[in-house]
Amino acid sequence: MLFRKQSLSLGRNDIVQLKEAYKWITHPLFSEELGVPIDGKSLFEVSVVFAHPETVEDCHFLRAICPDCFKPAKNKQSVFTRMAVMKALNKIKEEDFLNFVVQYHVWNIAAVKFILFCRQFPCPPNSPKAVCTVLEIECAHGAVFVAGKIFSFNFSSSGREDVDVRTLGNGRPFAIELVNPHRAHFTSQEIKELQQKINNSEAIGHMKEGEEEKTKTYSALIWTNKAIQRKDIEFLDDIKDLKIDQKTPLRVLHRRPLAVRTRIIHSMETHYVDEHHFRLYLKTQAGTYIKEFVHGDFGRTRPNIGSLMDVTADILELDVESVDVDWPPALDD
Amino acid sequence: MATQPEVPVATVAAEPAVPSLVDRYFTRWYKADVKGKPCEDHCILQHSNRICVITLAGSHPVLQSGKTIKSISYQISTNCSRLQNKVSGKFKRGAQFLTELAPLCKIYCSDGEEYTISSCVRGRLMEVNENILHKPSILQEKPSTEGYIAVVLPKFEESKSITEGLLTQKQYEEVVVKRTRAATGTS
Repeated sequence: MLFRKQSLSLGRNDIVQLKEAYKWITHPLFSEELGVPIDGKSLFEVSVVFAHPETVEDCHFLRAICPDCFKPAKNKQSVFTRMAVMKALNKIKEEDFLNFVVQYHVWNIAAVKFILFCRQFPCPPNSPKAVCTVLEIECAHGAVFVAGKIFSFNFSSSGREDVDVRTLGNGRPFAIELVNPHRAHFTSQEIKELQQKINNSEAIGHMKEGEEEKTKTYSALIWTNKAIQRKDIEFLDDIKDLKIDQKTPLRVLHRRPLAVRTRIIHSMETHYVDEHHFRLYLKTQAGTYIKEFVHGDFGRTRPNIGSLMDVTADILELDVESVDVDWPPALDD
Repeated sequence: MATQPEVPVATVAAEPAVPSLVDRYFTRWYKADVKGKPCEDHCILQHSNRICVITLAGSHPVLQSGKTIKSISYQISTNCSRLQNKVSGKFKRGAQFLTELAPLCKIYCSDGEEYTISSCVRGRLMEVNENILHKPSILQEKPSTEGYIAVVLPKFEESKSITEGLLTQKQYEEVVVKRTRAATGTS
């Protein structure tokens, strides 16, 4: 299948295994609850077994072709263990496989939005940021069927956030390009249509638009050194279309050109928390460095929350509430 | 819900519940008695991405109470002004190259004293702080953040070695303690 090559591509080893993601989420929870450190190789092991009938169903046809690979054993919950399936796939002749695969299609992935739920999601070393942030995928169109062998794909998203920033709301649009899918069955007509649909820049164009032209809504938890009252932050609600000048933040200056960028903070909404904390919702132009707008980045972003309130401010949490580009269109459930 | 009566709030700085911006991203390195001048201590904030922010250490004479800054100048010689520094592109071409002893700026105080601030690290000069030109008091009020002097980008190969000639936070504090003891000892 088609597509322009995007610069961010993922290899097989970069795909996070579901069980790893599960461990990354649950380990800190157990650790906190029980007050013990987590050791992956401890003497105390907890086995968690998941059943997924749909996956098992997908494998039934393998047993029809290759029955001797799937002999029931005493301790196994299901005969369709990973090892057994791998063995069968290696054994099966391609023609036999294709006959059964006909009923599965690799549908075009027009768009999906990814949602990052867990801020504490640790970033495994060497993983591209894109993979770190994908915990759950809602498919707008169809499903991806990986026919036993993983093909490579390119991941292209509409902008990105730091790994410690959550993406909430409707998520962030991204597209997956399938590179050399392994023997997916298509008629040449179907392929042409898919090519048209995806290659036309409307889809990719909209997505890239999101990076540059659209607005974004963020929610930040802000700390102030001076004690504040509700009235001290109310004035922020009235500020509309505030122009700020941001020098390239120090934290990215090693790899970005030094420049001054003018950005607009369209609107803000404050929620008082306590004398030293408040939540700030901001709607900003795409490309605004929010953290630097809060703490001022050594006075290199002006004005900033600190200078507006005449305090020293710092940012404790940052969430992306929405990326305001109206694409892909939401599915009716 | 009854409204709380307005209570005058004392503007006292609170103990931060979280580490500051500097604590989170930077390591503090120090150079004491720069160029042999007593107490002229500099603090280099090294970011995890190797960028260094040159600032004055708390023990520097300029930051002591009673000192007023008259003016600051980036004209360090007839031919060289740090303000003329222009970098372009991702690789920061055109930047003035600094050695450890390269002067960054001159601070003139109302009592006639003149202090030269040095780079303390080798690397390309990214920018000097123009905000302190217009409002020198920022340098004294917030020497570790808004009152920074300059931003330097060391060579990639040298990013670890530049700190070899510098003192850690602990070592610096020991130096300061020794000085105070020596001062009280002889007084």
